[in-house]
Amino acid sequence: MKPNVLILRAPGTNCDLETAYAFEKAGAATERIHVNRLLEDPSLFEKFQILCFPGGFSYGDDISSGRILSSQLLHNLSDQLQKFRDAGKLVLGICNGFQILIKTGLLIPVDGEPLATLAWNNCQRFQDRWVELKTHANCKNVFLKGIDRLYIPAAHAEGRFVVKDAETLKKFEENGQIALQYAPLDFSKFEEAAKYDANGILQYPDNPNGAVANIAGLGDETGRVLGLMPHPERHIDPTQHPRWTRRDVQPEEGEGLQMFRNAVEYFN
Amino acid sequence: MAGGLIQGGAKWRKVPFGTILTRTEQNETFFISRNQMLWEIDIYPKASQVDALANETVTESQALGLGTDSMKVRSCHGYLLQGALDREQAEKIARELLADCVVEEPVVFPVSEAKDAENGETLVNVLPKPGVMDPVANSALKAIKDMDLPVEAVRTFRKFFISGFDTENIDKLCWKILANDAIEQVVKGPFTFEHLEVGSPYHFELTIVPIRGMNDEELKTLAIKGQLYLSLVEMQTIQKHFQDLDRDPTDVELETIAQTWSEHCSHKTLAGRISYRDDEREIVFQNMLKETIFAATQEIRKNLGENDWCVSVFKDNAGVVTFDDEYNICFKVETHNHPSALEPYGGANTGIGGVIRDPMGTGMGAKPVANTDVFCFAPPEIPLEDLPQGVLHPKRVMRGVVSGVRDYGNRMGIPTINGAVFFDERYLGNPLVYCGNVGLIPVDKSFKKTNPNDLIVAVGGRTGRDGIHGATFSSAELTHESESLSGGAVQIGNAITEKMVLDVLLEARDRGLYTAVTDCGAGGFSSAVGEMGEEIGAEVWLEKIPLKYEGLSYKEMWISEAQERMVFSVADDKWPEMKALCESEGVEATVIGRYVPTGRLVLKYDGVQVADLTMDFMHGGRPPVVREAVYAPPAVSPMNLPIRTDYTEDLTKILGSYNVASKHWVVRQYDHEVQGGSAVKPLVGVNNDGPGDASVFRPRLHTMQGVVISNGMNPCYGECDTYWMAASAIDEALRNAVAVGADPEKIAILDNFCWGNTDRPETLGSLVRSAIACRDMSIALGTPFVSGKDSLNNEFRPAGQEPISIPPSLLISAMGQVNDVRKCVTMDLKSAGSALYAVGTTKEEMGGSHFGLVNKLSGGECPKVDFDVTKKTLKAVYDAIQAGTVRSCHDLSEGGLAVAAAEMAFAGELGVELDLTAVPFDGQKSDAAILFSESNTRFLVEVAPEKEAEFLAALEGVAAAKIGSVNSGTKLTVKGIAGGNVIDAELANLKAAWLKPLDL
Repeated sequence: MKPNVLILRAPGTNCDLETAYAFEKAGAATERIHVNRLLEDPSLFEKFQILCFPGGFSYGDDISSGRILSSQLLHNLSDQLQKFRDAGKLVLGICNGFQILIKTGLLIPVDGEPLATLAWNNCQRFQDRWVELKTHANCKNVFLKGIDRLYIPAAHAEGRFVVKDAETLKKFEENGQIALQYAPLDFSKFEEAAKYDANGILQYPDNPNGAVANIAGLGDETGRVLGLMPHPERHIDPTQHPRWTRRDVQPEEGEGLQMFRNAVEYFN
Repeated sequence: MAGGLIQGGAKWRKVPFGTILTRTEQNETFFISRNQMLWEIDIYPKASQVDALANETVTESQALGLGTDSMKVRSCHGYLLQGALDREQAEKIARELLADCVVEEPVVFPVSEAKDAENGETLVNVLPKPGVMDPVANSALKAIKDMDLPVEAVRTFRKFFISGFDTENIDKLCWKILANDAIEQVVKGPFTFEHLEVGSPYHFELTIVPIRGMNDEELKTLAIKGQLYLSLVEMQTIQKHFQDLDRDPTDVELETIAQTWSEHCSHKTLAGRISYRDDEREIVFQNMLKETIFAATQEIRKNLGENDWCVSVFKDNAGVVTFDDEYNICFKVETHNHPSALEPYGGANTGIGGVIRDPMGTGMGAKPVANTDVFCFAPPEIPLEDLPQGVLHPKRVMRGVVSGVRDYGNRMGIPTINGAVFFDERYLGNPLVYCGNVGLIPVDKSFKKTNPNDLIVAVGGRTGRDGIHGATFSSAELTHESESLSGGAVQIGNAITEKMVLDVLLEARDRGLYTAVTDCGAGGFSSAVGEMGEEIGAEVWLEKIPLKYEGLSYKEMWISEAQERMVFSVADDKWPEMKALCESEGVEATVIGRYVPTGRLVLKYDGVQVADLTMDFMHGGRPPVVREAVYAPPAVSPMNLPIRTDYTEDLTKILGSYNVASKHWVVRQYDHEVQGGSAVKPLVGVNNDGPGDASVFRPRLHTMQGVVISNGMNPCYGECDTYWMAASAIDEALRNAVAVGADPEKIAILDNFCWGNTDRPETLGSLVRSAIACRDMSIALGTPFVSGKDSLNNEFRPAGQEPISIPPSLLISAMGQVNDVRKCVTMDLKSAGSALYAVGTTKEEMGGSHFGLVNKLSGGECPKVDFDVTKKTLKAVYDAIQAGTVRSCHDLSEGGLAVAAAEMAFAGELGVELDLTAVPFDGQKSDAAILFSESNTRFLVEVAPEKEAEFLAALEGVAAAKIGSVNSGTKLTVKGIAGGNVIDAELANLKAAWLKPLDL
């Protein structure tokens, strides 16, 4: 069956259209719905199989990225969101969506001291650059089925994944929650390939924000929820690749599309 | 609505529960039943995290020679919360909402218990002045309300603990680094105030200006003191008008006329009468712009006949041209120079925010799909003591401007895909900030028409004191006092408010809920309503305008240039649906009047008439500006080129010069890929860091049709001749666009003139001369101007000195098209074994060249343009690219052939061998000239061996020659005319020199 995707809009959401394009190209039906509609009528969730928090700057990312929308969701729609996930449905958060997922308890528990967050990039600036990602060996996330590497752009200022302590990180790894990690980019013959430092963190810019364990994407324990900083919806067509003019033959599609197709095929 | 006590004047009166209070009353209400308190929440980075703000402060202080090595800084940011909170609630807000407790540690206490810094530290707090837009505070307030906790007001601040620093210098540190007096206040030591300013109630009082009795001196004084910036003749015209009416004007009538007549809104100088004289001609213009640039476009449209692809030019807020069967595209570029000089972040922020509203306010509203930005700064290395009073350091200006554009464009979700940065000492006190926006608009929504009796609806941001006198201020010269004089003209934008307006605008447009829309730009409601009602008339009910805070006078409400506001004309029967739509997305929409068909502009406050002007007088009453313009071409002295055996060092220096050096530090801070249409990015090549000529994107993801955006500008050529400077700028913009594959027969261009004080005949002369060049070249190439803007009086007057004028700065922005982005090419070399072709003829045109710049050589002819050759060449290169014979292509501009070859080589990480004897050259050959001359309409093109014949066929009739080849090596080697190598350089070194200088 053709799954319905709820693409949740809020003031400042700005990647909703291209995300809808990606899901539709992968064979899903999409609806972009403003958070106010869901607050008025939470039952709207029911007709959807996939919930997606697209990129952008919800409420300007004022206070901190995704903070205001997630506090709005926590205080008003918490139960519906948990219910959505526990009903065996899928949830995807991209960039700002990842920042929101982390603060709403869909990826990790939020009661008590928070376990992890997405903090300011080490370079302290917004950065738009393409990153090489590898899927973690233990990863069992639906969205990443059959994907072992991915080349897509990251574009954010607050994407440095930080955990409360080493145990938390260990637990994420054991649970197979670590989904995507930044990997070295090695196509330049002039630039020396980035190395891993003493803490195993890949040098800037290959790890564009200094994320602990080079984590670019995190899943929940069920493997049906995924949050990631880079933008798979920006590599759907071959001409979105930064070096497509250097290729002799163009591929059928961009590398990001498979993630959306995985989500659609999960329901077939 | 809870009950409480209201203070009316000195008296208190009790209001029962359920009473609906006026805004004023609400602001005056103190719920003494619960005790109001002011809480301070300081948020510190945890020990495990870097204190970025503190580190930046130290680095910048030391960079500016302020900071000592012993200097230490700790910092935190924080919030002041006013409300009936107990400690537990304040803690909850701090931990659950305001602080990110994985990386931050909040400290919560009542302001009354605030302590000063200890152990030798000096405490400095920086917070926005009351009334200055504070988006984070607004959002925090909203989120706290979501938590259902009693907070009435919020303000944000930054806190610095400074030690090891010479305390005499603290003030300097505050104003040079920590804060900007234009928008922020500094509190040394702990906060002492007891509650936050929420504005004070306004008591209406009508102000009449007794202009009829004034003598010329008094009129002049009024024009300056009242910040009307009108000429004496204009003041006299107004005086006469009111003498005829047999009454004196109100203050708001004067302001309205001043705004409508301001240079910024009416472009009276360039659209005025100008008698121009140069060495070969004498022309008397009745309307200079109309007779040069507009006229060229009309002629081109006539020649195109039914193939005319212009839709709406020089009429609406942006120029509109055809794109595909369903959509048109529009383009507008604006400047925001004076505000950016005073407050770089806010100035640039509202600059881009403002220009985005232009396409939004074009036709029935276009969807913004791309941003561009071009900046002119003083070189960043100038020492602090050399700064004139009232001038911000160029580094600070640059950082502020770049982050201002970044934060607005990124938040709006519009890719910033093209730009440039130029450096010249003369931009020190008067930097230039050009911001552009491209919009996509349905064919059947490209025009608008307000109907008589439509409602006037204000949508978006509320109105505050921000931006008072922006329009008239931008017509004034900056002095060291401008900051204190015109602080009100400086604003901070709120991108999310504008994004919310955009979301509802597009929906309302497609549902047909309004008849016309325009943006509130310079001049605020005054010019927006004035424009829309020009043909009809309008009555406005000022008291209905939603305010950010109490206390604005009726005049301020009318002329405020507060951001993120649009004005719609809505028919009564559509208003309920329009209102409901806006409410459903949390956007404020308010009826503030009606377009009553009286031909008059009538303003009322609570029923009292405060203005009554005829549209005729406002739009037709201004006396024509009459100006003298003279141009005397400077005597051309030859540039004595040094003869060297090796030019590698010159090349390295040019690559490392600020204008040529990589702008990656800027480009990467912009999201240039949001909306998903990116097809050719600003940075290209093996390592995604080569300097692309132009950017290409697909505004509609379901099709392969693309838009190409590029620009051309070269203030250096202005020295020798502004005619050829203008022609060169057009040439550069066009060849950049064609280099990636744009069709030269469908490129629309925009002009943005930024000049010094045009009251000086020679300054105006240099501008008129460049406008004549624009006309000549536009017609010759069939490339129409579709929109433009000018900013005059770009001068800075240091205390007691002569004004410093900027160099003539004409930006040409180009919007081209490609039917299929898959045919586009980039500038990075693709494969060893390819041939390299020089297209176009090189001449010894070294005037204003970067070779001259880095070698401090003056004189020389500046690059000219042979219009016919240019037209042929652009067409040929386009055909060659369409035929698929081009692997890579780069235009030759600053630094000429040598720089282009180096950039292509290191972007493609392939070696290059060139032979200068083969380069098509006209005149006395010299290695320096062939390598570094900046002659126009030239390209360096990579062609695969098997395609050479086909390529040459396409280039039939155009100067083109094979001058070298691509190899798998790591060097650029160039054989000189004498046979020996004149350049032999490791590409890695050249690239390093190019990457470094602007990596801030």
